[in-house]
Amino acid sequence: MAQDVLVVGELAGGAITSTTAELLNAAKSLAEGGAVAVTLLGSGASGAAAGAFAAGAGKAFTSDDAAYDDVRADQWAAAVDNAIGQQNPGVVLFAQSPVGRDVAPRIAFRRNTAAAMDCVSVAMDGGAFKATRPCYGGNAQAVYSFTTAPAVATVRAKSFDAAEPAAGASGETVDLGAAPASNIEIVGMEAAVSAGLKMEEAPIVIAGGRGLGDADSFREIEALADAFGADKATTGASRAAVDLGWYPPAKQVGLTGKVVTPDLYVAVAISGASQHMAGCSGSKMIVAINRDKEANIFKSAKYGIVGDWKAVVPALIEAVKAAK
Amino acid sequence: MHFVVCAKQIPDPETPPSAFRVNEQTNEVIPAQGIAPVLSQFDAIAAEAALRLKEAGSDVKITVVSLGKESAAAAIKQVLAMGADEGLLLDDDAFQGSDWNGTVKILSAAIQKLGNVDAVFCGRQAADWDMGQTGVGIAETLGWPASIIAKDVKLDGDKLVVQRVLPDGFQTVKTPLPSVVTVSNELGEPRYPKLAQIMQAAKKTVTKWSAADLGIDASSVGAAGARLKLERLFIPQSGGNVIIIEGETPQEQAQNLVKALQADKVL
Repeated sequence: MAQDVLVVGELAGGAITSTTAELLNAAKSLAEGGAVAVTLLGSGASGAAAGAFAAGAGKAFTSDDAAYDDVRADQWAAAVDNAIGQQNPGVVLFAQSPVGRDVAPRIAFRRNTAAAMDCVSVAMDGGAFKATRPCYGGNAQAVYSFTTAPAVATVRAKSFDAAEPAAGASGETVDLGAAPASNIEIVGMEAAVSAGLKMEEAPIVIAGGRGLGDADSFREIEALADAFGADKATTGASRAAVDLGWYPPAKQVGLTGKVVTPDLYVAVAISGASQHMAGCSGSKMIVAINRDKEANIFKSAKYGIVGDWKAVVPALIEAVKAAK
Repeated sequence: MHFVVCAKQIPDPETPPSAFRVNEQTNEVIPAQGIAPVLSQFDAIAAEAALRLKEAGSDVKITVVSLGKESAAAAIKQVLAMGADEGLLLDDDAFQGSDWNGTVKILSAAIQKLGNVDAVFCGRQAADWDMGQTGVGIAETLGWPASIIAKDVKLDGDKLVVQRVLPDGFQTVKTPLPSVVTVSNELGEPRYPKLAQIMQAAKKTVTKWSAADLGIDASSVGAAGARLKLERLFIPQSGGNVIIIEGETPQEQAQNLVKALQADKVL
């Protein structure tokens, strides 16, 4: 049964984000012939609409108001709700991002319906919208259907592929106008210091855990990343290591940190608690280095080395350098 | 000022994956033998945030609220032992099987009935379902702002100043009261109650309210009012086919791993 699907888009540098493109592609199959619409909010939004049309949207609700550049949930919710009122979609998709976390529940409760957060899959199943999401720290997965519309879901990055951009695609643009007043004042932003590649984009992530023993040992993790190449590899950490203050929170991989999907994820001295695996299980290949051969991480790894990281990592640095 | 801390009793998230079981007929988690349920860690951290403000010299009363059967009283007791002043248990057969829509309705009704609440502190998500929408849902229902995923919370007159954890750094926001805050593990370890505090907590008042006390229509909450239907709960299968790289020495292991990575063309 055809239904309209609304994607809440996000912008980076005047263009739609890769996750927005993924959601638009997912929306096309969910719509089953219905319309795919997108909201684009903030500086350059109307200019970014062409990219959204090429990625699968047929209609864009836009506002170029720079007030939307910093995300304030009350303003964003008002704009998205306005678009929902005009389009009457059966499904509303957000990215599982600061926007999705803050705005999706507001939309669900404002419309007296429901949201499924942090989904890894959304699909139509016999005419019913179903959302699949990890729960219990990644130990289990739950599949939900909705008894009310619109169904609201936030979807993890890279859960879907983006479509090849359709050349010459066009669509209808609807202006949402200026942002309403907000009662949220943004006082400041302290950017995380991040040298090199973004963890979510790096082809190789070398992550360290509590088993490293101290903060200084992360220098060895960094040296291993450097051996793979600063243009290919970056570092990450488990929540246990971050909570101990050994590595910055922005580097945390896991349920409450970042979700990474590199070609190669090397887990050093990480036991592989489910909440950690929730952040890296989408990696194409996991290599585990751990002293405990029973460690959970080996269950998800393709290759494992059972041994003391203090001996293995320096040897691996040399072997990787020699192979290049 | 009056703060509310929302607390939930959940199966211990530190349960080893090998002891984690679900009943795929009933879509329920089977409680692990000998592992007691615990207060969701993020809720303990939310309580910690509220208690730090109380200790910073603000004249604050803290009420801890939990939705659940009598077993939820343990979550309330723990937050009382940490230093909260009063407990409130929301218990009614009609509440059983509530989804987030129902949960938020019940909690919001309780916060309204308490009256004059200045701030609500929730964990960023409960560590059982990991949904992370109850705090924002309460804010939306009550028409309040919410600051989510906080690592630091301060009072500035009649405003709340919250440092939030974002993927690319820390953002500081200021919202008027009343307001909702959801708190993340970056705030720091929650305090561990001393024995004397646990004894004291037993003497603190815990009120119990039902659906009728809250003026909630029983059919709008519980399984009857649920908007989300759990169709399936299952344990995803992981590969389990790890290839252990052998070698006489770490150097040999490392070289053999590099050879395997080269064969797979990731190096």
